[in-house]
Amino acid sequence: MITVDALTKTYGPVRAVDGISFELAEGEALALIGPSGCGKSTTLRMINRLIEPSAGRVLIDGVDTRSIPPAALRLRMGYAIQGIGLFPHRTVAQNIATVPRLLGWPRARIAARIEELLDLFGLPPAVFAHKYPHELSGGQQQRVGVARAMAGKPAVLLMDEPFGALDPITRARLQDEFLAIRRRMGTTVLLVTHDMDEAFRLADRLAVMEKGRIVQLDTPEALLRRPASAFVQSMVGNEDRGLKLLSLAGVAALMRPAEGWAPAGEGTFRKAGGQEALAPLSASASLREAASRLVLTGVDELPVVDETGNLVGTIDMARIIAFGGGRR
Amino acid sequence: MRREWRRLLRIGAAAAAVAAFAVMLLAPQAFERPLAVLTKFGQPAIYDRDSLLSLTLAHVGIVAAASLAALVVALSIGIFVTRPAGAQYLPLARAVANLGQTFPPVAMLAVAVPLTGFGARPTLIALFAYGLLPIFENTIAGLKGVSPQVVEAARGMGMTDGRILKEIELPLALPVIIAGLRISIIVSIGTATIGSTVGARGLGEIIIAGLQADNLAYVLQGGVLVAMLAVLADFGLGFIERRARQPRSP
Repeated sequence: MITVDALTKTYGPVRAVDGISFELAEGEALALIGPSGCGKSTTLRMINRLIEPSAGRVLIDGVDTRSIPPAALRLRMGYAIQGIGLFPHRTVAQNIATVPRLLGWPRARIAARIEELLDLFGLPPAVFAHKYPHELSGGQQQRVGVARAMAGKPAVLLMDEPFGALDPITRARLQDEFLAIRRRMGTTVLLVTHDMDEAFRLADRLAVMEKGRIVQLDTPEALLRRPASAFVQSMVGNEDRGLKLLSLAGVAALMRPAEGWAPAGEGTFRKAGGQEALAPLSASASLREAASRLVLTGVDELPVVDETGNLVGTIDMARIIAFGGGRR
Repeated sequence: MRREWRRLLRIGAAAAAVAAFAVMLLAPQAFERPLAVLTKFGQPAIYDRDSLLSLTLAHVGIVAAASLAALVVALSIGIFVTRPAGAQYLPLARAVANLGQTFPPVAMLAVAVPLTGFGARPTLIALFAYGLLPIFENTIAGLKGVSPQVVEAARGMGMTDGRILKEIELPLALPVIIAGLRISIIVSIGTATIGSTVGARGLGEIIIAGLQADNLAYVLQGGVLVAMLAVLADFGLGFIERRARQPRSP
């Protein structure tokens, strides 16, 4: 667990980071989010002491980080940055081996870890282990960068705009992959980003920063429902706050039993007495997708199926609106 | 395909240069007839006061010793002034290295002889001073050319400064440093000929002997041998430089 206590960084008269405090529980993902110059990167870099704090302290499992030599401290924290910083003269395998090698792992364990991570990130070791960074696409380089940061099984993974330099499609795919990997490995993550959608997607809690301070630290849902200020509201989205709220919840939690629905061929379903045969929604869809489909189809109720195509329930506009109003 | 051709061409040219140089060195009589055209009546066309091989080895030896010393000193200072602690000395180090380059080697010999006497020593000093600048400047350029993101990633992952220098910065700067060494050595091979004026053994002897006896054949023979030596050194160091660059070339 990591405790950040009144962390401050001053450059002359400027307080770049101004008394920031938060706690990061084991297995949690926290995003520091804000516009450029709000101090989020400085905060991250003070945690692994790439920047020395002017005041305040950071505890890792109760131990003050100032009592640990910086290099040793950083070996316990993964670090992934925008632009990746892969070593161009080393292969993918050698890049990933960096921290395990510094930690003095035996050769066989390093080899096994490289293989495990490459598999995890969808880069077949036989193809990628011996390639050099310049032989990889941007998305592949970014995957290797994150894999390298996770290689030494760090207590916490520090990420600074890790997917920033990618095109939107590759970025979304990498975010999904990373989310799945994080859930599987239970990795603790501290993420810095200026992209609110990325923060909503990857983090359990968000710390919204403005001028060196945290102005609100909350779950995505709480930020959307109750933004603490006009600034937070503008960060989370003025016009589409309601829709963003819907994208946080899944259809599965809000369905009701499908009564009176029957298959109507080709995977569609029809309600008793209804005219139209309707294509079903997936139970893994978000409420936002459900609302979108309801609007497009022009009906107020849709059937929902599981992955195998079995009818499991229905979703209707009234329930979605009730969720939006916090009355589920 | 084109790269393959260029490679073959390089290998062929290098092999031809080595063969030509070997013939000139070991069987200089083969060139007696064309060189004889340049001699005045009764002058020998081929230098025979000393073994050409032994003169070449002496020449190479003095260049190697001076360049090695220049490499060690320029590299150390180049590393030092690119560290945060040494950054303030960068202008001073630059000024000294520039002075070594602008001070003519002949003048350096004139200054060094009274201090060290005749022979190889003043030549070594002159070549050392003259060879510092390219290695020094290229060391700095190579180290400063390493992507700051790469260094930041290395530091953020827990590498110490020493490790970052050894495992990241120096390997990435190596091709540029070798390019500097290459320039320094090639210039030294040519410049070393003046060492013969103060009694250092080397290929300069042949040229000096030719000038003293007004024998153009000697001058040409010595000049061509020095030039060929420089060409061969260029090939060899170019090969090493490309090898150092290899893993990253697109």
